[in-house]
Amino acid sequence: MCGICGCSQPRKINNRLQPVGVKSHHHEHDTERLVKVEQDLLSKNNAYAEQNRSYFQQHHIFTLNLVSSPGAGKTTLLVETIKVLKDRFPIAVIEGDQQTEHDADRIRATGVPALQINTGRACHLDAHGIGHAITELGVKDYSLLAIENVGNLVCPSSFDLGEAHKVVVLSVTEGDDKPLKYPDMFHASDLMIINKTDLLPYVDFDVERCINYARQVNPNIQIIQLSATKGDNFSIWTDWLVGRVET
Amino acid sequence: MHEISLLKNVREILEEHAISEKFSKVIKVTLEIGKLSSVEPDALRFGFDVVMKDSLAENAELLISELNGLGLCQQCGQQVELETSYDPCPHCDSPFIKVIQGAEMKIKDLSVI
Repeated sequence: MCGICGCSQPRKINNRLQPVGVKSHHHEHDTERLVKVEQDLLSKNNAYAEQNRSYFQQHHIFTLNLVSSPGAGKTTLLVETIKVLKDRFPIAVIEGDQQTEHDADRIRATGVPALQINTGRACHLDAHGIGHAITELGVKDYSLLAIENVGNLVCPSSFDLGEAHKVVVLSVTEGDDKPLKYPDMFHASDLMIINKTDLLPYVDFDVERCINYARQVNPNIQIIQLSATKGDNFSIWTDWLVGRVET
Repeated sequence: MHEISLLKNVREILEEHAISEKFSKVIKVTLEIGKLSSVEPDALRFGFDVVMKDSLAENAELLISELNGLGLCQQCGQQVELETSYDPCPHCDSPFIKVIQGAEMKIKDLSVI
């Protein structure tokens, strides 16, 4: 065995006698070398996201990436939004869940196209999958594309899909300290929707405290409080959308 | 557990480099992970061997160099150390801090043969 690097290749004995030294130490095998990489772990996802973003810009597609914990009401919010706005401009939805077509079925029942991506074991959507989904869905120009991400307040925060904004939905049946518990998501989002406000009388959720926590992790975050099922303040949200889709 | 997705990206990136840089085996992978990134180094270590199995980095060593968080206060202009990306400025209490170091998550280099 080589006494210097530990490999099992026998030393070559040259005709000329040489002192046992590092400089004259030769092997048949390649020597170990360093390759500089300096590449972001998300570089591939980010490149796909930029492709999606430029596609959206060229085709005037206003794209939102909706994120929340499971059960915050993203699908109900979308269903009610579609009912109000579907005659105003084209809407398409990409649904992300680990399993089932349930959410896409709920969206299709409103009459707009929806594509379900089942992520299997993965906990988030990625930009590459979204690129394929856009092609498959045939998203129209001058439209709204809503991407409902997998219910998860951790992983989707890192994955840019090419959207204009991340919108985080938080329902009042969850803790008002969610923005502090999952700061990365609230930091990455441009808008926070506090949903299910009709249930406020029955739950221990301090709206003001929640807003303060959200602004603590993201001082620029916009906030809309509404009830998707009862329609309270719903027009604030649909106006927010109309103002952005139609510009 | 998005660390597994990130590790799959690592595997893809080094497979690409294997072609362009002409190597057949990776001995060591050095990652640079900022403390403000949403990546847990222990989760990367946990998943590394599993994701690299049957690749040219099977049995490779994983080295993670962690970078501290640094920010520039947009109000008072001072450079501040950050534990999280939303710490207020310790000098003027402004929440508007631009992160200048600590968000990194990248492959720095590879030891290859």
